[in-house]
Amino acid sequence: MFSALQDRVGQILLPGDEFCSDTDDTISLSEPVKSEKLVCGPGLRRSGARLLVCKSGVLRHKPPNVFWIDCQQRRYVPARGETVIGIVTAKSGDVFKVDVGGSEQASLSYLAFEGATKRNRPNVQVGDLLFAQFIVANKDMEPELACIDSSGRASGMGVFGGGGLLFRVSLGLVRRLLAPNSDVRSDLEQLFPCELVVGLNGRVWVKAASIQQTLIVANLLQSSDAMTATQRRQLFAKVQQGAL
Amino acid sequence: MSGDSTKLSRNLLRMKFMQRGLDAETKKQLEDEEKRIISDEHWYLDLPELKAKENLIMEEKSFGPCEELVFGRISFRGFNPEVEKLMELLNPKQKTETEEVETGRMQTDVTDEEMAQRYESLVDSMKRKFAKKRQRAAVEEDVNMNVTNTNGKRVFLKPQD
Repeated sequence: MFSALQDRVGQILLPGDEFCSDTDDTISLSEPVKSEKLVCGPGLRRSGARLLVCKSGVLRHKPPNVFWIDCQQRRYVPARGETVIGIVTAKSGDVFKVDVGGSEQASLSYLAFEGATKRNRPNVQVGDLLFAQFIVANKDMEPELACIDSSGRASGMGVFGGGGLLFRVSLGLVRRLLAPNSDVRSDLEQLFPCELVVGLNGRVWVKAASIQQTLIVANLLQSSDAMTATQRRQLFAKVQQGAL
Repeated sequence: MSGDSTKLSRNLLRMKFMQRGLDAETKKQLEDEEKRIISDEHWYLDLPELKAKENLIMEEKSFGPCEELVFGRISFRGFNPEVEKLMELLNPKQKTETEEVETGRMQTDVTDEEMAQRYESLVDSMKRKFAKKRQRAAVEEDVNMNVTNTNGKRVFLKPQD
């Protein structure tokens, strides 16, 4: 299965394609039989001994053994461990209801903030923006958020906002923004000092020195969603000349 | 006596206060019966042993670990210093680069000579600690031999004007 997957890296796969675990056709006597472990990322699903493709996109591979489907989509499906931007929609008892753009609202315990105790409630109002992490996210249960990491520290999560602008982009652009050596990020850095909060649910919050600059960054990001790298660079250069 | 006991019901005979008056044979009989009941009640599942196959495929629902995405808060050119600090802390790749530079600088903090001196004395004291009594005496003598000249009784030196 490993070699079959590796052959198709970079190719477009469609839902329904499948990979079967090869029943030992050739057993080499010299090499020790090693069990090949696979990690299948988003877009691939395990079904018994088979591996099914459930999203259409390009098959990607990260050494040693991680495979996933790189696809463009706008619908967000919560996944455990992802950090997202949520909007508080209701306070009910000891949980906040947070809209994260998924099919269901996520719940956030008031104790899942840094320094929060039963006495000392966090100051969260309806309508606030939150940067939070999923600690429970599966398809059968209500997703659950937390604004602290495993060591109990906020580490950048929690309520933020005030003076910025929130907008939506595609999930693909968000991933391009957060990639380790991102072109979009380095292009954006050339423009002007600004701050971004990027949630993996496709929400981006921007704040710059003035409202005008904030709007420029927001429009640039939204329009660069469907651009090639050269087109984007041209546009950024144009803005830089006009703005500076 | 035995005729009487047969008339009494078994459940009654099994009671604690009846046990004293029983003879050995009936006692044994009762015990056997009890054992049989227990072993009958002890049941087990008649199933083939379940063999869990080793799972070779792991599922990961999030893009984060696959694409090694960086932390979601970004600040450019010192717009928000707090966030920039966090970025350095949480984004692993940048950290290693800066760390290498920093280690070069860190070494100037305590010079190699200073370190060597400190360890010299440490080795000495540890050696003394782990030596046995007789050896320790020898070690101390040895040390004294080396340092006797300097380690003489200290006398207050009057400052000369």
